[in-house]
Amino acid sequence: MSLSEFLDMGGYAFYVWTSYGIALVLLLGNLLLPIFHRRRLLAQMSRRQRRARAGAPGAHGTPRQNES
Amino acid sequence: MITAFFHKLSSPKYFYGIAGRWIPWLGGACLLLTLAGLYQGLVVAPTDYQQGESYRIIYIHVPAAWMSLFIYMVMAGAGAIGLIWRIKLAEVIAISSAPIGASFTFLALITGSLWGKPMWGAWWVWDARLTSELLLLFLYLGVIALYNAVEDKRTASRAAAILAIVGVVNIPIIHYSVEWWNTLHQGPTVTKFDAPSIDIRMLIPLLIMAVAFKLYYVTVLLMRARCEVLERERNSKWAQALVTGK
Repeated sequence: MSLSEFLDMGGYAFYVWTSYGIALVLLLGNLLLPIFHRRRLLAQMSRRQRRARAGAPGAHGTPRQNES
Repeated sequence: MITAFFHKLSSPKYFYGIAGRWIPWLGGACLLLTLAGLYQGLVVAPTDYQQGESYRIIYIHVPAAWMSLFIYMVMAGAGAIGLIWRIKLAEVIAISSAPIGASFTFLALITGSLWGKPMWGAWWVWDARLTSELLLLFLYLGVIALYNAVEDKRTASRAAAILAIVGVVNIPIIHYSVEWWNTLHQGPTVTKFDAPSIDIRMLIPLLIMAVAFKLYYVTVLLMRARCEVLERERNSKWAQALVTGK
């Protein structure tokens, strides 16, 4: 089987490759989303911590707000 | 011992750590299986005598459809556990499952459409199987929307869990729709009680892809659950220590 024959998928290239393409995009997107989300959360937390330290010199520890 | 393990696992701090260690291994195994499944499915498996090469959409479509049902059951089950025993981690598992399940449901619908067009001559028909699967997508979106509409995460979890549990009624409808109604969608080929009516060389890649999709779900679920735990616990000592230690 040649490569062009393989890519042609017996004339169903559009249907087959669109299916696999959408699957790739969807699965990759779902994988990347939580990676960026976690980075953003950690960055946010570290910003808050710095601000808390700058705002309250001498106070150590971090404010434990209402019980979650 | 098992109980002790689950008790420990349900502590957010412990879960965050252990999930972080499992993710690379699960993800790696998923990648290897996916590559093997794609090779087997796209190259090794023979051409279908009726549908030609178009049938190769099966290796995305069927595992995605199986996952759409499986994830819904996990979501509703975890939601019920969260409702009854007030276990925070169960709430997290339930709500982290919803977007992944919605994605697989969408994938099953869109690949079904792309398979239906050349085989049935229509992108969409209001057939029992297709309609009940579309309803499943709306149930997932409803759970996500309800969760996001409520400010307090624990109240939101309870509301979303109730909707998810009510929606379980749709699951047997989807599963048996091809037997209960005269549908355009073909009947089961793999899960029949007698020998599956599918060539073994076509079946193997299908099963590999099904396992790969399951591993993908667990991997992304753990990733999402870690974020959710971190967000809920961001003011606790252990979460703050994560940032300080950096």
